[in-house]
Amino acid sequence: MTDPLLELRSVNKSFGPVQVLHDVDFRVYPGQVTALVGDNGAGKSTLVKTIAGIYRADSGDFAFDGKPVTIHSPKEAADLGIEVVYQDLALCDNLDIVQNMFLGREATSGGVVLDELTMEERARTTLASLSVRTVKSVRQSVASLSGGQRQTVAIAKAVLWNSRVVLLDEPTAALGVAQTRQVLDLVRRLADAGLGVVLISHNMVDVLEVSDRITALYLGRVAADLPAKESNLSQIVELITAGRSGDIGIPAATAAESA
Amino acid sequence: MSEQTAPASAEELVPSRHSPAQRVQHLLHRNPALSPLIVLVVAVLVFGVVSENFLRPQSLSLLVQQMAVVGALAVGQTVIVLTAGIDLSIGMAMVLSSLVMVKLNFDHGVPGPLALLIGIAAGILTGVVNGVLVTRINLPPFIVTLGTFSIFTAVALLYAAGQTTALPDDSFLLWTGETIRIGSVGITWGVLLMLVLYAGVGFALRNTAWGRHLYATGDDRDAAELAGIRTKRVLLSAYVVAGVTVGVAAWILCGRVGGADPNAGLNYNLMSITAVVIGGTSLFGGRGLVIGSLLGALIVQVFNSGLALAGVDPNYQVLATGILVILAVAVDQWIRRVKA
Ligand SMILES: Nc1ncnc2c1ncn2[C@@H]1O[C@H](COP(=O)(O)OP(=O)(O)O)[C@@H](O)[C@H]1O
Ligand SMILES: [Mg+2]
Repeated sequence: MTDPLLELRSVNKSFGPVQVLHDVDFRVYPGQVTALVGDNGAGKSTLVKTIAGIYRADSGDFAFDGKPVTIHSPKEAADLGIEVVYQDLALCDNLDIVQNMFLGREATSGGVVLDELTMEERARTTLASLSVRTVKSVRQSVASLSGGQRQTVAIAKAVLWNSRVVLLDEPTAALGVAQTRQVLDLVRRLADAGLGVVLISHNMVDVLEVSDRITALYLGRVAADLPAKESNLSQIVELITAGRSGDIGIPAATAAESA
Repeated sequence: MSEQTAPASAEELVPSRHSPAQRVQHLLHRNPALSPLIVLVVAVLVFGVVSENFLRPQSLSLLVQQMAVVGALAVGQTVIVLTAGIDLSIGMAMVLSSLVMVKLNFDHGVPGPLALLIGIAAGILTGVVNGVLVTRINLPPFIVTLGTFSIFTAVALLYAAGQTTALPDDSFLLWTGETIRIGSVGITWGVLLMLVLYAGVGFALRNTAWGRHLYATGDDRDAAELAGIRTKRVLLSAYVVAGVTVGVAAWILCGRVGGADPNAGLNYNLMSITAVVIGGTSLFGGRGLVIGSLLGALIVQVFNSGLALAGVDPNYQVLATGILVILAVAVDQWIRRVKA
């Protein structure tokens, strides 16, 4: 099996007295969709934000491409090629698609004046490379887009930077059936293009269909990390709700300790 | 692939059907300066018909000179309102800055250009004070500038000992009041300076990353922060830019009043906000253009001059301004509800 692109070992994270992540081991493989599942409050978003450099792990080791790294800021994450599509869609309604995709990392000519043509061109090619055909114009305001289109723009924004790992925090939570389909297809295409993709979702049918590996979090601990093919719906649901299923999962004593 | 027929892409195949009202709403949403432009053109035409003097070059050039100070201040006010803030102190900051220029020059014999630079620096300092209070102590801009309004007023009155200072006619600081003739039309350097301010800030807002970050921060600070923008810096920069416009407006004010008057600033705070609001910039931040504020300032002056020329009681000018402000905010609320 290929080596992981991103590997976390024994990551702990607390907010004040509340420990949210307990000795979390997490691996993201190139060309694969790793689903991160868990009940509300299990620590999925916290794990994502720790990888993104928004939160700083209290302890634990990070390795990228097999080399040890530290991620202390969103910029350091971005420099490694790690991009995040946040749960609460970080898009500005008053800006158009191109402006949003380049927000905070605008292309300039001569270092001062915005280079709109270059940005527009790159936005178009990126959307085209993702086989996105649902947006009419890249100069459309984001406010005029549907939920699925907005999610598409957010994902396109994440892959614009030759990113190698893309983390998507509940990208389909607010979407209807057809739009969820669009986004899941897109997620699959990202992995097929060689990226390491992390998908957080509460829809286990989607997870089983689109992902290669499944990592289940239970109260901030990894309950299981297994190939999607070897899993099934009832097993994942058990792992999420009880932290164990049959002979895999967290020992009952450990689970009780973190509850 | 059967993408074109899949339900996923169905929505793009259905042409969106919008009512005429929705289309107007979209148009105004995309072009925030459109409604003030229409109002200005209609107002100029109406007053041109009502009083024959209104469209004379002399009347129009006087009208533009009368709005130059508010127009210049409105540039800084727009930048702050775009961040979803507001500056209630901007007029008094300008008076303070003009007092520094004029008194250094007149009382202490500092050469005009140097006095001007120090005065502008004083204007920038007022912006830094507001900006630091807003970004470092996290106080709402409304409260901060309500406080600094009183502080700047007191400092100005104490500094000037309540006295007006008149400069000699040939003073460098009065250059902004001098007229250049273009045919039969006279225009002051102050008006040109104001237009330069609009061009400069308008360009920066539209064509630089700073401008883009300002709009993003004004619309959704959290989203801007997640995109890697350091929003505190952006907010602080907005107040500093406002401070620069305060300094430039102070110079234009010197030319208008022939010196410095500590009591001149009271109305300018609200007049600059009025111009920004009538100019179509949303008080909720993130939407609007500086050019709109120029139109807004012109609209107010057109109503004032037009009603005066028509011999209407001056109190109706105030009434008209009030109605325009409320209409502008109502239109903004309607535009903000725009849906796909
Ligand atoms: N910034 C924070 N400060 C304090 N507690 C937090 C913070 N963010 C998350 N938490 C807590 O951490 C736990 C995990 O939250 P989260 O990572 O959002 O879970 P999930 O995304 O799996 O639903 C929750 O109990 C939540 O209340
Ligand atoms: Mg979450």
